[in-house]
Amino acid sequence: MPSFVTQIPPISSSNGTEGNTSQSSRVLNFGAPEQSLEFRAGVYNSTSLTNQAAHSDLQFGIYEKMLQGQNRSNQVSNSGGNREAWLDSNMANGSPHTDTSNEMDADDRIQNYDMDPSDPFIASGSGDRHREKFPEQKTLRRLAQNREAARKSRLRKKAYVQQLENSRLKLTQLEQEVQRARKQGVVISNSGDQSQPNGGNGSLAFVAEYSRWLEEQSKHITELRTAVTAHKSDGELRSLVETAASHFNDIFRLKRTAAKADVFHIIYGMWTSPAERCFMWIGGFRSSELLKLLVSHLEPLTEQQLASIDHLQQTSLQAEEALSQGMDALQQSLAETLASDAPVVPAGSSGMANYMGQMAMAMGKLGSLENFLRQADHLREKTLQQMHTILTTRQSARALLAINDYFSRLRALSTLWLARPQE
Amino acid sequence: MDRVKDLASKKAAVIFTKSSCCMCHSIKALFYELGASPEIHEVDHDADLEWALQRLGCNPALPAVFIGGKYVGSARDIISLHVDESLKQKLIDARAIWF
Repeated sequence: MPSFVTQIPPISSSNGTEGNTSQSSRVLNFGAPEQSLEFRAGVYNSTSLTNQAAHSDLQFGIYEKMLQGQNRSNQVSNSGGNREAWLDSNMANGSPHTDTSNEMDADDRIQNYDMDPSDPFIASGSGDRHREKFPEQKTLRRLAQNREAARKSRLRKKAYVQQLENSRLKLTQLEQEVQRARKQGVVISNSGDQSQPNGGNGSLAFVAEYSRWLEEQSKHITELRTAVTAHKSDGELRSLVETAASHFNDIFRLKRTAAKADVFHIIYGMWTSPAERCFMWIGGFRSSELLKLLVSHLEPLTEQQLASIDHLQQTSLQAEEALSQGMDALQQSLAETLASDAPVVPAGSSGMANYMGQMAMAMGKLGSLENFLRQADHLREKTLQQMHTILTTRQSARALLAINDYFSRLRALSTLWLARPQE
Repeated sequence: MDRVKDLASKKAAVIFTKSSCCMCHSIKALFYELGASPEIHEVDHDADLEWALQRLGCNPALPAVFIGGKYVGSARDIISLHVDESLKQKLIDARAIWF
């Protein structure tokens, strides 16, 4: 029995974690788990511990860690002899185990168990060898791992940068090619995300118009923002608000024209950024959702205003629901038309007639898509218009700014997403 | 023309539709959401009626919405009136709904 143990019998541990400030040992036994658990509980409650009151927290921490170790390998039975000897030597040296010793020993435990936890002698033996060179061995290993990780990271970074450089060169080359081709009259889409607008020049024109609209919108918004932060008077604000709002509505007009050429391009948002497209409803935003987002930016609102905005949101939602139902009916009807009995490969003249008839019906149904887009945009425009009648000039200004910021962020998010490094 | 007026004044809310027209479906849905029970007349097999609506100036001809016997408009007009609360008021005035 080690001499420094008090009258309680020794309980040996497989990890000897407790070598910190306390000079007395807690040598714990991993054999016969249930017994030792009870025993340890007993130990903890025993009066001998009251002498260690100052260190009791620390010891409890150790106790917990040992319990964890216990749970991880009940197979490692007591080979206490070696451990006790080790503990003896360490205690005698008065080696100052710092708090990190607990952590290191946790690693040590893992190390042991990786070896062959079922064989106690191997486990304990290698553990001993490790612990003899402890802590230098472990520190050295860790340093080496860090170096390795850092080296790998540098290599990866280098490779990435190289890739970027190559891509940049390729990009400039491609841009030049596109310029040359465009000059020769070839139609090339620049929507940037592999979409193929099949309205040809129509869609291309719209994409260009949309970029221009974004730039102009940005200018109006900046002017408005400056005026708002400078606390300009309502009179001055009003004209800016009206300009910005009416410019905002221009987009609906542009979309209407473009939809005539290529309704699919518009209605499925091929002209917007991916993140915007995610929340798209019939070719644009849901005004009920937008109103929900705006309320927090418009405070303070009067009771009346709050009620009106809430009501407007409900109203918009009702109309959105109705339009959605119509779209569903359209889809179903189209599916039924195409799924009807006429054979896909028309055989004979009657087969052909059926097929053509079927296609003609389907074409007619598709034609109504444009109408849905138009009504959806009309709803958006009217809802925003109605909103402005509820708000004061200053609130309207803030609303326009908030709307702009929200969509800008969605666009920025899309850019970041598209540019993320992929492996 | 008279047939249209005749049918339109029979009920507080009357909508002329076509079964193949999905926008008509949407406008019907909106009325149901508001609690109105409009009288629906399908003009699929009634070219005269459709033509009569066009003559009346309904553009587009369908859906054609009449409230209290008066022509209110097509889909676009209905949406406008709905957003600025006038639609509900018209329906209440014509006793198509009560609140």
